[in-house]
Amino acid sequence: MAVSGIFFVLYLIAHMVGNLKAFAGETAFDHYAHWLRDIGKPLLPGVWFLWILRFALTVSVVAHIWSATVLALRARAARPVRYAHRPKIQGSYAARTMRWGGVIILLFVIYHLLDLSVGTLNPVGDGSKPYSNVVADFAPERWYVTLFYTLAIVTLGFHLRHGVFSALRSLGQQTPKGERWARASALAVAILISGGFLVIPFAVLTGLVS
Amino acid sequence: MNLTLRIWRQTGPEDKGRMVTYQVDDVSPDMSFLEMLDVLNERLILAGEDPVAFDHDCREGICGMCGMMINGMAHGPQRGTTACQLHMRQFSDGDTIDIEPWRAQAFPVIKDLVVNRGAFDKIIAAGGYITAPTGSAPEAHATPVAKADADAAFEAAACIGCGACVAACPNGSGMLFTAAKVTQLSLMPQGQPERYTRVIGMLDAHDEAGFGGCTNAGECTVACPKGIPLNTIGRLNRDFLTATKKAAGKPGS
Amino acid sequence: MELFTEGDPIADTKAPDGPIETRWERHRFESKLVNPANRRKMSVIVVGTGLAGGSAAATLAEQGYQVKSYCYQDSPRRAHSIAAQGGINAAKNYRNDGDSVHRLFYDTVKGGDFRSRESNVHRLAEVSVNIIDQCVAQGVPFAREYGGLLDTRSFGGAQVQRTFYARGQTGQQLLLGAYQALERQIGLGNVEMNARHEMLELIVVDGRARGIVVRDMVTGEITTEFADAVVLASGGYGNVFYLSTNAKGCNVTATWRAHRKGAYFANPCYTQIHPTCIPVSGDHQSKLTLMSESLRNDGRVWVPKAKGDDRNPKDIPEDERDYYLERIYPSFGNLVPRDIASRAAKAVCDQGRGVGPGGLGVYLDFADAIGRLGRKAVEAKYGNLFEMYERITGEDPYEVPMRIYPAVHYTMGGLWVDYDLQSTIPGLFVIGEANFSDHGANRLGASALMQGLADGYFVLPNTIANYLAAGPFEKVDGSHPAAVEARQDVEDRLQRLLSINGDRTVDSFHRELGQIMWDHCGMERTEAGLRKAIDEIRALREQFWQRVRVLGDGEGLNQSLEKAGRVADFFELAELMCIDALHREESCGGHFRAEHQTSDGEAQRDDERFSYVAAWEFTATDQPSVLHKEDLQFEYVHPTQRSYK
Repeated sequence: MAVSGIFFVLYLIAHMVGNLKAFAGETAFDHYAHWLRDIGKPLLPGVWFLWILRFALTVSVVAHIWSATVLALRARAARPVRYAHRPKIQGSYAARTMRWGGVIILLFVIYHLLDLSVGTLNPVGDGSKPYSNVVADFAPERWYVTLFYTLAIVTLGFHLRHGVFSALRSLGQQTPKGERWARASALAVAILISGGFLVIPFAVLTGLVS
Repeated sequence: MNLTLRIWRQTGPEDKGRMVTYQVDDVSPDMSFLEMLDVLNERLILAGEDPVAFDHDCREGICGMCGMMINGMAHGPQRGTTACQLHMRQFSDGDTIDIEPWRAQAFPVIKDLVVNRGAFDKIIAAGGYITAPTGSAPEAHATPVAKADADAAFEAAACIGCGACVAACPNGSGMLFTAAKVTQLSLMPQGQPERYTRVIGMLDAHDEAGFGGCTNAGECTVACPKGIPLNTIGRLNRDFLTATKKAAGKPGS
Repeated sequence: MELFTEGDPIADTKAPDGPIETRWERHRFESKLVNPANRRKMSVIVVGTGLAGGSAAATLAEQGYQVKSYCYQDSPRRAHSIAAQGGINAAKNYRNDGDSVHRLFYDTVKGGDFRSRESNVHRLAEVSVNIIDQCVAQGVPFAREYGGLLDTRSFGGAQVQRTFYARGQTGQQLLLGAYQALERQIGLGNVEMNARHEMLELIVVDGRARGIVVRDMVTGEITTEFADAVVLASGGYGNVFYLSTNAKGCNVTATWRAHRKGAYFANPCYTQIHPTCIPVSGDHQSKLTLMSESLRNDGRVWVPKAKGDDRNPKDIPEDERDYYLERIYPSFGNLVPRDIASRAAKAVCDQGRGVGPGGLGVYLDFADAIGRLGRKAVEAKYGNLFEMYERITGEDPYEVPMRIYPAVHYTMGGLWVDYDLQSTIPGLFVIGEANFSDHGANRLGASALMQGLADGYFVLPNTIANYLAAGPFEKVDGSHPAAVEARQDVEDRLQRLLSINGDRTVDSFHRELGQIMWDHCGMERTEAGLRKAIDEIRALREQFWQRVRVLGDGEGLNQSLEKAGRVADFFELAELMCIDALHREESCGGHFRAEHQTSDGEAQRDDERFSYVAAWEFTATDQPSVLHKEDLQFEYVHPTQRSYK
């Protein structure tokens, strides 16, 4: 769980930095997208790097979901009779939404791939013009896409906020000072990543990127 | 004040159980929560009804025998307080209070609010000790312990084994209980020789008892009447990772 | 009818003589041993898992005996030793402040008001140092200083700093140490642990204690269990007063049943009443909570000078307050010993000057300390105690003075044992608070933990071998007539309790019994009061057996049935306590007879007539008990009158 999670965090950071290229204009963004396909050349033949990455991501997704399912099943088995009075959340809200949050994020990722990688759900859907695809996605009349995107990213923020902290804890962070540090870095990662992802749709919506 | 209680009634392990509503009037704010239940039970007995069974003993918050979910909170709404030390002034006239037993596969209900917490004893028997047969001890001052370590060990050792952590955990995990003992013993120099076999033995016993896994949700430490800190679980994880890496028990490791 | 008859004197034939420092060592050498191969063939039953029972069961199992352990709680870790706060004494002399084994011995004999055995007390002081070593080796997190060495403090007015502690939870930490050692043995298969089991009868076969009858409190099943020896570590009987600092489940049944089978009960009237407890808040009160005695180091005790003055304490001017301890005992002031502080509080309340609901309380005021040291310093010292007080009373002791009142805390009496801790029934050993041996008429602070662990870790595991060396004894099982009879008695008794179906609850009887005991056999006792109490107890006991209502059946968990059995035994014990208190026409330690006081109201011992242990033999229900006297000799510490003025 922790290991695959940390891999996702690293991937998300790279993804976010790439996204921010949108502010550099259409050419730069499209160039960046094409460059992704060429990483590793000439050592690796074209697009190989991307496929390696996709493979690693898939393995991580499977590992992450598998661990989550095992934990969820154990949790269910550990409490066969539910409380009549629903227990009050006294700890962190983020921690208590990990499972539903994870499902929402998964659904979003599927939609996101169909939208911007495969292109079937995108109004432009031209794989060679990623910039146009993005701009078309977040057009003001398609506010529901922006809304769904925003919800998913906020959910991701919560997921990261607890996920990063929990990963550090699972890997043995143990002092009271370390705990404050871990909580702070989890919050920072969560805000940074969700913020970084959210600026794009809102930039499109407000016409900053067009 | 007058209260409505909805209490889990279950005649025995085989019974399905149900919430039953009782009216309790003239409750004094100076009563403890358990004294309020005593009053209810006295009335039930005189009315020929089976009194509510609940565990309790010292009634001063240290034996760990009492414990119940009160309005969905382990030991009730006051932080750092066991049910026996909770007083009725924490409630208001006209309140409805739901009272349920700890719910966990590893803590089967015996009757009403009484559960079997023997799984905790099994975890301790699987390694929650330092082997020091009587008579074999060296002079107490032979091994100084840094004050900071002794204080941190004490903080973890304050656990009363009541089970609130399990009851409050969304995963039904007993990790805080297990980690508290691992932390106490692994902070002391006397606990080093068995440090890595201990953590593996205790975690195996924990999983075998049917407790859920830990997701660091943090509900346990909030519910804990003794405030056992969550970072004890980090310490357990670290010892566990080292133990698995090291193949504990190898000479020189 | 006479209340009692007097029988032959009794003597502790096991106690060696000669130089006191070598008695224990010589006794161990002269005792028989059991060879390790034979230990495996022998079994021991241990009832109770507190400091004494838990440590004994673990140690006996380590030695190789097969141990069966029983407790009424759901886990051996919950025994009431866990609630001890202050600390544990040991003559380590780490402070270099003049402490020694001999000084601890001396202080304990004197503190017990010269009503304990010198040999026993000296042994206790000797092994006290081993206890600390043992507990440290187990990982008990004692308080430490910056250099990493153990911290000690002075406790209960002692002039040396010999008390080791783990914040305010010393009992908990020591008990968990013993519990973990016990769990290790359980895990290894050397101890069979039976939690939620209650001992209801002793089985005596051919004059030897060979087993017990127990009830599984979950299933209600009654079984007979056998072993080569039986050890009772079932604690004290303070709950005879209903309100005490004991846990709700603490009871006398194990020792009382043994008493009825022939074990003598010694000094039942010696009761310790602790001065600093939170007062009763109403009729619903189910137990009393102790506040650490250390509060008297900085708090000042007072009541209004005028009767019935119910003004807010802040509105009572200084010259209308009576700091009565400082007034009567100018040199010790608020730090007088427990019994004196308790009696003084009762005296001012009896004068109608008590404070709080019902007028049963005195102020313990920290205003001066807060003014002198600052709130921060007071918080650092007593923060958690103040919090606990506020949780229970809803009053903030930083703003309003605390209210305190004495409460029953510890019972020095118990089953009579010899130097080997063996009762008058061969094969029945009694350890910890359940026996009578080491504290005399009054126990010093931080000595209960010491005695429990001394008995369990170091004394019993040595002395029991001397008895077991004659074993293994002939095998006995449930078909033996003695076992059949004991089991039948238990079943009949439970059936009788269940069949009365009267109109009063068990608790209502217990509460009333407690009130009688508190009024007449509490802090101050008089001949007339005790005689009245005996009549009242007998009448109430009769009512109990006619009118108690216990619902349900004996199958499965039935908490009313458990309580009913315990209260029934408390009735019989209460009567014996009053008879013992009545016959002891002197004041000593925790036993204060109003007729026997000095001109300035202090306890007056009568060493000429009462320098003995009163060991009571049971004859039959409603028949007078027989008093056997064990004379006490003082070769090393010579009796003197205490004075704290």
